[in-house]
Amino acid sequence: MAKIKGAVVVNEERCKGCELCVVACPSDVLALNGKDVNNKGYHFVYMKNPDNCIGCASCGYVCPDGCIAVYKVKL
Amino acid sequence: MDINEIIKPENLVYDKPRLMNDNPMHYCPGCSHGVIHKLIAEVIDEMGMEEKTIGIAPVGCAVFAYNYIDIDWEEAAHGRAPAIATAIKRLNPEKMVFTYQGDGDLAAIGTAETIHACNRGENIVIVFVNNAIYGMTGGQMAPTTLEGMVTATCPYGRDVELNGYPLKISNLVAQLDGTCYVTRQSVHTAAAVKKAKKALRQAFENSMNKKGASLVEFVSTCNSGWKMSPDAANKWMEEHMFAKYPLGDLKNV
Repeated sequence: MAKIKGAVVVNEERCKGCELCVVACPSDVLALNGKDVNNKGYHFVYMKNPDNCIGCASCGYVCPDGCIAVYKVKL
Repeated sequence: MDINEIIKPENLVYDKPRLMNDNPMHYCPGCSHGVIHKLIAEVIDEMGMEEKTIGIAPVGCAVFAYNYIDIDWEEAAHGRAPAIATAIKRLNPEKMVFTYQGDGDLAAIGTAETIHACNRGENIVIVFVNNAIYGMTGGQMAPTTLEGMVTATCPYGRDVELNGYPLKISNLVAQLDGTCYVTRQSVHTAAAVKKAKKALRQAFENSMNKKGASLVEFVSTCNSGWKMSPDAANKWMEEHMFAKYPLGDLKNV
């Protein structure tokens, strides 16, 4: 079976840290950055477990601010 | 495989819609408006109607919608968006005209305009965002507020003896002969977003095929007004809102 790998790029300045993508992710890839904040003062999302990403784009669909770009390759 | 090998333009599967510009949105974190804006931008882009679409912005949280989607917009007085849309569509029948309204705009002060525009069968699309509360003004009771729901102006919950019953405006509009498509959608999960996009596309196509008025209701959250986290608001919506406002097509002819 072809293996699929994905990656997520977050527009950190646009992210408002609503956590909807974290909940929507089926493979526990995303998490809120607990320490750093962006210029607006929000904790932004980052890839906590980048190896788990399958590029399903669920995070992108539910993101209200359009800060997520999703990439996918078949290995 | 290194992550930088995956992040290449040819591997892109999802990105911010092309028609959505880089202005930071003023909506609260987790607000459903952002997702609905994205869907509208995607559908207009896919139909290639970028130069021919005119949106009517409401009064309410979405009052600044014209700052975020790169098409022509008109700002309406409170509740009067369907009346303005009627005028624009009648004068420019080749344009694709839609209104974007919240429940305080469409279901309260604009009930008459909404019902009459739908009854006349104007070839417009009405996007109705129903979050059961007045979000922008600070979370007051709206006509769509659920029975027993706590808001700033009904702190003990909506009492139907005093305040009447929640208004299901989509069901009202579906009975009118002028409407061709009335549907209720939601954007709380990825699957729901995909479904909602299809509904929106059909509504826009109906308006260009002169089939009559289409109304797409989005049952959505107002996590600030409901005083919940975005995720908790989604769960609350699934539990309580969907019972009163069940999803699906109400009319499709």
